[in-house]
Parts: sequence; structure tokens; C-alpha cells
Amino acid sequence: MRITLNGDPFEIDQPLSVSDLLARLAIDPRRVAVEHNRIILKRQAFSEIIVREGDTLEIVNFVGGGAL
Amino acid sequence: MNDTPFVIAGRTFRSRLIVGTGKYSSFAIMAQAHEASGADMVTVAVRRVNLLDRTRESLLDYIDTTRIFILPNTAGCYTADEAVRTARLGREAGLSNWVKLEVIGDERTLFPDNEALVAATRTLVKEGFVVLPYTNDDPVVCRKLEDAGAAAVMPLGAPIGSGLGIQNVNNIRIIREFARVPVVVDAGVGTASDASLAMELGADAVLMNTAIAGAQDPVAMAEAMKHAVIAGRLAYRAGRIPRRAYATASSPVEGMVGR
Repeated sequence: MRITLNGDPFEIDQPLSVSDLLARLAIDPRRVAVEHNRIILKRQAFSEIIVREGDTLEIVNFVGGGAL
Repeated sequence: MNDTPFVIAGRTFRSRLIVGTGKYSSFAIMAQAHEASGADMVTVAVRRVNLLDRTRESLLDYIDTTRIFILPNTAGCYTADEAVRTARLGREAGLSNWVKLEVIGDERTLFPDNEALVAATRTLVKEGFVVLPYTNDDPVVCRKLEDAGAAAVMPLGAPIGSGLGIQNVNNIRIIREFARVPVVVDAGVGTASDASLAMELGADAVLMNTAIAGAQDPVAMAEAMKHAVIAGRLAYRAGRIPRRAYATASSPVEGMVGR
């Protein structure tokens, strides 16, 4: 199954929760924000929201920057 | 000399210097520079997680968030929609409703798009954000931002990263005179005297990144900026002498030897 993750195609075996996806990517859920099909998720919802075929995900974090 | 506290949206900061987190050669140097600067607010950008970076070293590992307040920014956004989306993501990532709002209008100068900036400010204020917009050094735009609910206004001293210092001294002074919210001079500082000047003009604080991160010795420059901001603030409060075209002697004219 193919999803779009941070703008690139990404393969998953089966539908999985956002929490499980973050775990698979070794990403600390406390350090990121996630947008699922253009809807920004509350952190408490990570375990409930299921990622399915064709979904689009954005996972963002804080990086160094002052202004650009 | 006891100063009034520096307060934005009810939150008090010890330092009137706000610093960035970009362009450092390493996170370790950044952390040392932050320490030397004395800043208790730092700004961070919101970006996609790098899925290929297996080290998973995080910026936040190098910021003591018990002492330093994190101000997410919308750096690099070119439309109001993009900036609003980024601000919302920053809120979820950081669990604070503050945002340094940037809506850029031109790639070469990185000057703000005033119209989009005011629109994005209005939208985010309605959503409960504490909005600190990075703006042109234009008193009229600053007033519009204030009317839209901005918690502070952050006029540029010069283009971002240019190090040119404050280009329109008079506008910054007028912005301070007009504004009922804190004024933070954001961008354009090159060296310590630029930061002092901003404070001498009455700015409530100065925000900078490149001037420190790009210096040959960022930690030393951070310390210089700390002192510059303190000195400029003190000078502003002390009240400078008026400028005169001719000399006025500071020693008595009576009692000169041999006269």
C-alpha cells in the first residue's frame, strides 16, 4: 500500500495507526506534529487515527532557524 | 536602575535579547551561544522531519526548555495560508500558542508581504494565537498589525541576514512612539552597536540570529550582544543629551592658570 509521506511515496504493508507509523520510523511522538490528509492531529489522537492506502501525511518538527 | 519588566501577552522575560537557532556550525556551539547571550526566548523553524537522518539528533536536546521559552516561527512561508498552516503545526509540535509570524513577499530581500501578514495575523489571533509578526519598518503597517491583535510588532532593522544595521532609524523611533504593544527590532543587526542603537531608540527587545551564528566566534558575539542590549536599554532610560552642532565645555572657564 502506498501513502505519501512528507511529499514522497512511502510503502506500508497494511493500515496502521499514526503511533505505529511513528514507532516504525523511530520518531519520538512528543517531538513532532502530524498532519493527516490536511488535518492537523492532536497528539492524543495518534493512536486512534489509522493511515490507509492513498493517505497523505506530513510529519514536522522544530529545526534551527531564526528567519528566512 | 530598576527597569520595567519586558512583558509580552502577560509573560515576563528576563532578557531583552531574543535569539535564533539557525546557521550554527553545531548544536553544541548554539547551546553555548544561547547561554552566553542570556536570552530566555529562542525562535525555531518548523520543517518536515528528515526521514533519512538516522541519528535523530534533535534541536530540542540542546535547548533547556525549563529556562528558555520556544517561539516557533513561520520562516520561509510566502502566503498567508502557508504561514497559518505552519503556525498551527508549530503549536501542535510545541504545545504553545505563540508564533513569530513571517509571510515573505520577495525572495531576494525577504521583505514581508504586508497585506498577507495582516490577514494571517487576524486569522491566527482569532484562533487564540499570541502573534508576533515580523514586519516592515512601517509605522502604518505596525498599527494595522496591532489593530489585528498582534501581541507585539517586530519591525526589521534591515533585510534578514544582511548585517546592515538599522537603516531607518527615524521609522523605528516613530513605530515605538505609536505602538501600544512591545516593539522588537527583528533582523538586520550586524554587530553589537546595532543592537545598542535599536534599544536606544526605545525598542523593547531585539531579535537576531545571523549576527551571532555567523560571527567568527559566535559565543563571544552572543556575550557582546547581551551587553549591547543591556547598555542600549540603560542609555534609553537614562535619557541622552541633545545633539548640538558646537562644543560646550565640560570644565569651568574660571581659574585658568596664567590668565
